[in-house]
Amino acid sequence: MDLLAQSVPILLKGMAITIFLGVTSFVLGFWLGGLIALARISRFALLKALAIVYVSVFRGTPLLIQIMLVYFGLPQLGIQLSPVPSAILTFTLYSAAYLSENFRGGILAVEKGQWEAAGSMGMTYSRTLRRVVFPQALRIATPAIGNRFIALMKDTSLASVVTVVELTRVAESVGSSTFRYVEAFVVAGAVYWLINSVLSVGQELLERRMGRAYA
Amino acid sequence: MTSDDVAIHAQGLHKSFGDLEVLKSVDLTVRTGEVVVIMGPSGAGKTTLLRCLNLLEEPDAGSITVRGRTVNCAGPRHSRNRRRLIRDIRVRTAMVFQQFNLFPHMTALQNVIEGPIHVRRLPRPYAIEVGERLLARVGLTDKRDEHPARLSGGQKQRVAIARALAMEPEVILFDEPTSALDPELRAEVLQAIKNLAAHGMTMVIVTHEIAFAREVADRVVFMDKGYILEEQSPSVFFSNPANTRIRSFLRLMSDSGPHPELEEAS
Ligand SMILES: Nc1ncnc2c1ncn2[C@@H]1O[C@H](COP(=O)(O)OP(=O)(O)OP(=O)(O)O)[C@@H](O)[C@H]1O
Ligand SMILES: [Mg+2]
Repeated sequence: MDLLAQSVPILLKGMAITIFLGVTSFVLGFWLGGLIALARISRFALLKALAIVYVSVFRGTPLLIQIMLVYFGLPQLGIQLSPVPSAILTFTLYSAAYLSENFRGGILAVEKGQWEAAGSMGMTYSRTLRRVVFPQALRIATPAIGNRFIALMKDTSLASVVTVVELTRVAESVGSSTFRYVEAFVVAGAVYWLINSVLSVGQELLERRMGRAYA
Repeated sequence: MTSDDVAIHAQGLHKSFGDLEVLKSVDLTVRTGEVVVIMGPSGAGKTTLLRCLNLLEEPDAGSITVRGRTVNCAGPRHSRNRRRLIRDIRVRTAMVFQQFNLFPHMTALQNVIEGPIHVRRLPRPYAIEVGERLLARVGLTDKRDEHPARLSGGQKQRVAIARALAMEPEVILFDEPTSALDPELRAEVLQAIKNLAAHGMTMVIVTHEIAFAREVADRVVFMDKGYILEEQSPSVFFSNPANTRIRSFLRLMSDSGPHPELEEAS
């Protein structure tokens, strides 16, 4: 137990990196996903096609391959990224694909009458999106977006394969240096679970608040 | 009639959805201050005509002039100038929808000031002042900060009327403003519209409410199968209609109230 107790600081550090990876990629992916959703519903065929291909590629290939491709492949093209930025880049691109579909679903679920009410008073397309459609779409998509966040938190464990010293990698090294694999991975798993429990509660509160907002 | 007296002039409007020809050469002129009621059986094209007047629907052919600004529907579709012209006409022709279409994430007042602030670019404090005055005008001062979810249907529609007024439009277009309401809530909305008429507001109203139409209309337009069959003063239209289609339509209406499925059978 002593050996494991000694590992607490490094486990905490791993947890911090995991949270950093998850939150940063989620925030960046949120905005990128928004832009992709806009392209997807745009009336410009080229933008629309690009968005469709983007989503299809990033959803249709394993995240692990994307991670390795970015980390090991980009240097071949002369782009050298250290492990953490390269992982964040991949997670951002990957979650943007999913989030864009959540946004699109939310936008499509907004009643046609809302577009018409805004349009009939001479509101421009972009202003209608910002003032009328997005606020409602976001509310509709909140549960799906929350689930995405939680899934992403777990997906960050794949960053361990490109030497990012996040929770999973820490657990692995603690396990191999102490030969207490069971404890190391159970603790790491418990920490993921804890982080996501906090996120779930946050999601719950947010959904409840959004439910009240219209009344 | 000088052009100053004309609020809307629509000429030769055609509109098809796929193979279905819904408007077949419709001409309509609405003078400033005039209240035009449009009646007709279900599927006649009444809603489509209103939506075309606001350019929410673009006619396939014809032209629409509002206050000297003309959109010609044969012209090129997607130029920047054309979009601006269309928006300009939409600002001047406010719509009141059967389903209200209030913005659910905004309060009553926010609904009313949305257009003034974000379309007409009025300063916020001024827009709020005007918005409060308009809510008072439809009797909803105390609902200022309620979201639509907390309002009755009649109250929602009155907010929608205030929202339309806030655009200071040339004309307000109403599409069956009381059809989605329980009978006991209709009177308050009809009263609000009558008040606007008394103040000289130009309006085009699609409605099945015969008593209301009789009282408020300067002219009744009867549509059937994509055509305007008849334009009459309400006294002639309701008491002594020339057309047999109108006679049977009115008979059905007074027998059974608005019953779209029956009307079509006539
Ligand atoms: N967007 C659309 N796409 C296809 N068909 C449409 C569309 N809008 C209307 N129509 C059809 O056009 C015809 C006329 O519709 P419209 O809504 O203008 O009739 P209306 O006179 O308002 O009828 P009601 O009294 O039932 O409201 C109908 O047959 C309708 O099904
Ligand atoms: Mg209709």
